[in-house]
Amino acid sequence: MSENVLVKVNRPLHWFAVLTALFTFLLLGAGGLVTSHEAGMSVPDWPNSYGYNMFLFPPSQWIGGIFYEHTHRLIASGVGLMTTILAVWLWLRDSRKWMHRLGLTAFLLVVVQGVLGGLRVVLVDAQLGIYHAIVGQLFFVLTAAIALFTSPWWMAHASPRPDRISGQKAADLMVLRRLVLATTVLILCQLIIAATMRQQHAGLAIPDFPLAYGKIWPDTTPAAVQSYNEHRLNVIAENPVTAFQIVLQMVHRLVALAIFILTVTCAWQARRRLGKSDPLAKLALFWLGLILAQILLGAATIWSNKAADVATAHVLGGALSLVTGALWCAIAFRRSAALPEIAPATTISGAYGGAPVMAANK
Amino acid sequence: MKKTSLILLITALAGIPTVRAADIVGTVTLNGTPPPEVPYTPLMNDSTCGAMYTTAPTTHFYVVGPNHELADAIVSLKGVAGKSTGASQPPVVMDQKGCLYQPQILAIQTGQKLIVKNSDPCIHNVHCVPAVTGNPESNQVQMPGGPDLNFAFSQPEMFMRFKCDVHPWMFAWVSVLDSPYYCLTGKEGKFIIKDVPPGKYTVEADHRKLGTLTKDVEVKDSDVTVNFAFDVK
Repeated sequence: MSENVLVKVNRPLHWFAVLTALFTFLLLGAGGLVTSHEAGMSVPDWPNSYGYNMFLFPPSQWIGGIFYEHTHRLIASGVGLMTTILAVWLWLRDSRKWMHRLGLTAFLLVVVQGVLGGLRVVLVDAQLGIYHAIVGQLFFVLTAAIALFTSPWWMAHASPRPDRISGQKAADLMVLRRLVLATTVLILCQLIIAATMRQQHAGLAIPDFPLAYGKIWPDTTPAAVQSYNEHRLNVIAENPVTAFQIVLQMVHRLVALAIFILTVTCAWQARRRLGKSDPLAKLALFWLGLILAQILLGAATIWSNKAADVATAHVLGGALSLVTGALWCAIAFRRSAALPEIAPATTISGAYGGAPVMAANK
Repeated sequence: MKKTSLILLITALAGIPTVRAADIVGTVTLNGTPPPEVPYTPLMNDSTCGAMYTTAPTTHFYVVGPNHELADAIVSLKGVAGKSTGASQPPVVMDQKGCLYQPQILAIQTGQKLIVKNSDPCIHNVHCVPAVTGNPESNQVQMPGGPDLNFAFSQPEMFMRFKCDVHPWMFAWVSVLDSPYYCLTGKEGKFIIKDVPPGKYTVEADHRKLGTLTKDVEVKDSDVTVNFAFDVK
């Protein structure tokens, strides 16, 4: 059941939400650097750091991997604080009940994420590192979504105008949103695969690209894997690879190809069905560009023998790809959901001036 | 009467065939040219660790002598379990020196104490990453000049990984065996497994990079020689 409520654009709240999302992105980068530098366990205690209160840990001791892990914790604390403020702010100043719940969800998720990160350290459990990486990506989607939902742009464009969206376009949008949603879910699966790969702490499972051990599909017999390991000499993450890790890397490559094909389809279909000037068509094109850059970064990760900065950029590219798909879906769902509610008399005014606007809310 | 009994006893004991334990000896070699070792470039980029070297040290994944002798291979009797004498053996020491573990390949028995030292002027964390259930994973801080850390493991496991996450190039591999019948080869590639009771055995040679070779032997009343030759594939 939909209802129309009066929503006042709160610019300071929106910009704070944007800032929270940006800091979350920064936090993802810091977390990516921790794993890329194999530094996840360099501070063995939590919530303290080497027995110090986290905020009083002397910078002179931030050496080697400790620098990456400790700065990750500090940024995470900042994001935790920002999320708490954001949740309270939404609760007090946003009239939409579902935004209250979204703020509360963000708060709970950031707490869960912090505890997951801490438990990964104190329980010395690498499996928790995978969950920590995935929840981090989902939390970024949530903060970015809150930033979108509080934006004047969202207020102005969420409710479709009768003169802009015809019945055919609404149907087209419905088809497109399913396609984009499927692609976004596939990207999430890809990020789960990637997190699993990174938490193996075994360097590159396959050292070449576009081939794999010189073949289209690598030999994963025990003798072949033994031979690979004999010739893999790593200074960092020196750990034998397994057939499972090699197959996982191949699945990662195949899923990347599938995502590329799907985003090409999304961009093409969005342009064809919505018109090239539609913001969603432009966003789909940007998404395709992002996926292309992400594929290049994936290749560069291999060609650079998993250089920490390149691998981390690849992680961030994955996060942006997921968020772009998720926000595209959010906008499309909003348009589609609001469509039946649109009456000719509905007006949207002052969306960019801070004045109240009409927005359909579920 | 007593004298007669004593003579009879001595005569009887002399008649019992003695069971003499023998040694299994041999050499482990490597055929072929292993891949070149890799310099510890990240070590040199660390201000504290790099200051301890003039040129970058390299990995020692393949320690091979002039006549192909292979070091760091663990030769042991396969299938001999529950014979550990580790609890009564002296501890084995592993140091952190020059921001590297020394040595990087060790072998101990179940229940035997492993002492980890920090001779470096910087913090290390000693992160033990076992793969066998029953050997717990642990991660402990060791400050410069700090007290030694002690480890002991209850389950046999080959090449259990130790690492420092502060200095992610630092690795050591500790093999835990459930009997005293093993030997870690040195630079000459030689091994000697002492005092093996008579019987049929499978002798196993394990190298962290090169895998495992096995040979069947029978120990009677004299030393047995068995050699292993790994191939670079």
